[in-house]
Amino acid sequence: MTAITFPPSSEAHKERATQEPTWVRYALIGLALAFLTLFLFIPLISVFYEALKKGVDVYLAAITDPDAVSAIQLTLIVAAIAVPLNLIFGVAAAWAIAKFEFRGKNLLITLIDLPFSVSPVVSGLIYVLIFGLQGWLGPWLAEHDIQIIFAVPGIVLATVFVTVPFIARELIPLMQAQGTEEEEAAVVLGASGWQTFYRVTLPNIKWGLLYGSILCNARAMGEFGAVSVVSGHIRGSTNTMPLHVEILYNEYNFAAAFAVASLLALLALVTLALKTLVESRNRQHQKQRGHQ
Amino acid sequence: MNTFKQHSILPGFNLALGFTLLYLSLIVLIPLSAAFIRTTELTWPEFWAAVTTPRVVASYRLTFGASFAAATVNAVFGLLVAWVLVRYHFPGKKLVDALVDLPFALPTAVAGIALTALYAGNGWIGQFLEPLGIKVAFTPLGIFVALTFIGLPFVVRTVQPVLEDIEPELEEAAATLGANRWQTFTRVIFPALFPALMTGFALAFARAIGEYGSVIFIVGNMPMISEITPLLIITKLEQYDYAGATALSVVMLVISFVLLLIINLLQWWSRRRSITS
Repeated sequence: MTAITFPPSSEAHKERATQEPTWVRYALIGLALAFLTLFLFIPLISVFYEALKKGVDVYLAAITDPDAVSAIQLTLIVAAIAVPLNLIFGVAAAWAIAKFEFRGKNLLITLIDLPFSVSPVVSGLIYVLIFGLQGWLGPWLAEHDIQIIFAVPGIVLATVFVTVPFIARELIPLMQAQGTEEEEAAVVLGASGWQTFYRVTLPNIKWGLLYGSILCNARAMGEFGAVSVVSGHIRGSTNTMPLHVEILYNEYNFAAAFAVASLLALLALVTLALKTLVESRNRQHQKQRGHQ
Repeated sequence: MNTFKQHSILPGFNLALGFTLLYLSLIVLIPLSAAFIRTTELTWPEFWAAVTTPRVVASYRLTFGASFAAATVNAVFGLLVAWVLVRYHFPGKKLVDALVDLPFALPTAVAGIALTALYAGNGWIGQFLEPLGIKVAFTPLGIFVALTFIGLPFVVRTVQPVLEDIEPELEEAAATLGANRWQTFTRVIFPALFPALMTGFALAFARAIGEYGSVIFIVGNMPMISEITPLLIITKLEQYDYAGATALSVVMLVISFVLLLIINLLQWWSRRRSITS
């Protein structure tokens, strides 16, 4: 038995031929990290530094201030409405798009992505054009004493608008990749539509669903431009956390502004951590499905 | 008979599509069309005059110029970061990879005040630039810095998966045929990455044009010099100039739609490239 064996040196040579010299590698890593440090890491660290610069007492006082607390509450309420709404929408849209073939599908996908490409300022403005005093429904709403713009419903609407695509665009490719065989088998075996969804589809998409919801939540809590247009900036009543940060900052109350901002930065870090976790779970899940 | 939809035994199509269309119409399509319909209250010359005043034109120039510069820097450094994350190993790589998405997750207002504090004359970075005569905060340069921050993940995240998928055989073949590393990169790897790079550039550019939150803090907001178009819309709205604000919004919307179309074409090109290669 004569096996052709390559000497180890040829293996090493092949490695060298498709790799950069060591000094180039280190230079590229150094350059990339320098760029990220300047534009990402330093800004992130500075938020926490500025927040705590004047001491923990000032920090705690800033985030337990009644206006700050009401801003936090409003932010939570808005996210608690916007995320479930877009969750239902995302599942419905992904079910229609991924499990069925129909005409105009690509157009529908583009329309779902539309809010991503609209400037936040314009996203807020369009609701003012409809519900504001000068808007289409303005006079009627005023007559019936219903306030949408410069009130909580407007903030919710603008937030829902900017977060429409998040969950749908996570679910659509995921459900398309999974195909329809499993659901078809369930239906053939006599499962009802809802049973098929709960028992077959939902377990398959749960990580994607969670991932989309996390991203949707982060944007819902952090949205500034759109909310800023429709909120009346009324302290303690129509201020979300990002708007409260702006007010404090414009009042030169920097320590307090950064204290509230640090809560939002923490939220961003938690979001990134959960996202990384879900991504690795998702990969494992798909590997398992691949092995079956 | 039913040519709209192919037959399927799965239930729920009508409910799912019906709800999707209703929701999308109520939340997105009808409100967006409101901007277009409200502009028809202006005559064409009035509309044209509203969107071409010198102050507005100055804001376009600033918005597009700064967005283009930021997207270009992001294309160069995004490619570099993606390359380093895919090809090399170094301590803390996983953490760096996760943090690249920070600009997506961090609220824009937080980014805005953090960058302003850093680049102000007495800030961590500003204190080194001030003696050199470089002012960043409260100048158009600040807009560029903010837009670079918010556009950072786009190129990295579009290039990264394509780079991961490039088969090592391609590079080995190039090396066998006598190409040096630089030639392999410019002739083999870069052409394969180019559609993804352009997609990332276009996404970063489109995001930068509409950006508001991170920019308004770092810039002086002086008319003609450092006033971006989204801010001008807000200013007009606060002065109860609804017609002017709406006209400008329509310009921004049309630009967004054109960019969306270009991005879709680029993604289609990118997919076709990766299938045929």
